[in-house]
Amino acid sequence: MKKNATWYILIFLGVAFIIIMLVFPLAVIINNAFRGGINPYTQALTNHFTIEALELTIKATGIAVVFNTLFGLVAAWSLTRFNWKGDKFMTTVIDIPFSISPVIAGLLFALTFGRAGWLQPVVQALGTKIVFAVPGIILATVFVTLPFVARTVMPVLNARGVDEEEAASLMGAGGLTIFSKITFPHIKWAFLYGIILCTARAMGEFGAVSVISGNLRGKTVTLPLLIEILYNDFKTIDAFAVSTILVILALILLVLKIIIEARWFKKKG
Amino acid sequence: MRKTKSIIPGFGLSTGITISYISFIILIPFVSIVLIAANMTWNSFWEAALNPRILAGYRVSFSCSAIAAMINCVFGTILAWILVRYDFPGRKFIDGLVELPFAIPTAVAGISLSSLYSDHGWIGSLFMLLGVKISYTAIGITIAMIFVTLPFVVRTVEPVLQHMDPEFEEAATTLGAGKSTVFFRVILPELIPSLLLGGGLAFARALGEYGSVIFIAGNTPFETEIVPLLIMSKLEQFNYAGATAIAIVMLVISFMLMFLINSLQIRQQKIIRGGETT
Repeated sequence: MKKNATWYILIFLGVAFIIIMLVFPLAVIINNAFRGGINPYTQALTNHFTIEALELTIKATGIAVVFNTLFGLVAAWSLTRFNWKGDKFMTTVIDIPFSISPVIAGLLFALTFGRAGWLQPVVQALGTKIVFAVPGIILATVFVTLPFVARTVMPVLNARGVDEEEAASLMGAGGLTIFSKITFPHIKWAFLYGIILCTARAMGEFGAVSVISGNLRGKTVTLPLLIEILYNDFKTIDAFAVSTILVILALILLVLKIIIEARWFKKKG
Repeated sequence: MRKTKSIIPGFGLSTGITISYISFIILIPFVSIVLIAANMTWNSFWEAALNPRILAGYRVSFSCSAIAAMINCVFGTILAWILVRYDFPGRKFIDGLVELPFAIPTAVAGISLSSLYSDHGWIGSLFMLLGVKISYTAIGITIAMIFVTLPFVVRTVEPVLQHMDPEFEEAATTLGAGKSTVFFRVILPELIPSLLLGGGLAFARALGEYGSVIFIAGNTPFETEIVPLLIMSKLEQFNYAGATAIAIVMLVISFMLMFLINSLQIRQQKIIRGGETT
């Protein structure tokens, strides 16, 4: 490529946009978190509210990722290996959490399980609580991250077709053997990719859990909600210090994602 | 022709789990919206969904989302172009960084942007010298939306550029076309479907965005209140009917956008797989 004026102008515009829009915000987080030196930073991180919020975030993320990963594999199997009445409809429904506002997602659960909700009697009969409680936080996180694994695995399975699995079945292989020996090796990278995206979204979910949480500190506050509370209390250093936990996790996930993409792409040739 | 009965095992179990899970997590909660809406009269629905303060909210949400999507179309195309066509130091780094907004939690982005663009922030203070306020104005809302939707256009335009044959550009240049003619007459028409797709995805995401916007928005009634915030404040007052009415309007719009995006996506897949654009 010849390096002419256009080359320099376009690269300048692109790089400047990335620096202003992405690098500056990252730098601001670090700068604000350490504005008071190292002590306020470590204090903010070792505060018991922070620890409790971290625990809840790990719990909600873990459950959402495990459930949606298992669901993603099962749904991909059902929707790509078989034709059944309503399969197109279900494929569309899986996308809904991606296309609606997270606040509306939270609203759906508040309307269903909240104090005026039509399933509130059932929740009460079971002796539990969903809205303003941990189960609601988990449910909201599961909802917003539902499509990831299914949505990354399904196109790969669709593109491969069913011939190999049919042949294996004819030769007498059972379902688990077919899945582990034939299907899974093909979807391995897509599967890992889906899990990474699912984890990133689950740990950072804000709008949906914000509706459900009721902000009971130490009980229903995840890390993103704690950041909001601290920021609104003008505890800026604390808010940014807590943010650095999520930024580090996000950067690790981003690097993993790039590695997985590279491996996946290499395999496709 | 596919057989109606497949010989692959696991149909009953996998389909049963899929239907139950989707019903429990997605479909049952949606029933609630219908139940609440059924209890409202037309008048109370319109009053809740279209009163002046809510209308101002739609205006803010739609105009800021549209501007954010358009700005991302311009810079997304530039970024896709330099990432696909040019080789420069740091290209790999920029390529990886593009996806950062999908990894960074929205609340973290929100407080960071709010501080960066506030009157005392690194960028905000520069604009204050020019007398332009960014944080707590519609400009701030738009910037937050640009941040969260930045990857969409880059990632939809990139594969199309990769599959585009430089032959046509070379032919046009040989025939005497200048750079801008080549771009506007040869390259851009090929990119339009994927720009619409990427821009559409960005617009849809920006409309629903909450976490990154509320900190920088200032949330002044009639001026800088976005629709998701209005739904949230109705909920905080336990006004479930009011929140539902606004949510229904937004859901109808989201589903229409989802339909348009799906048809554009099918087209995009064809372009990437087959190289055919017709």
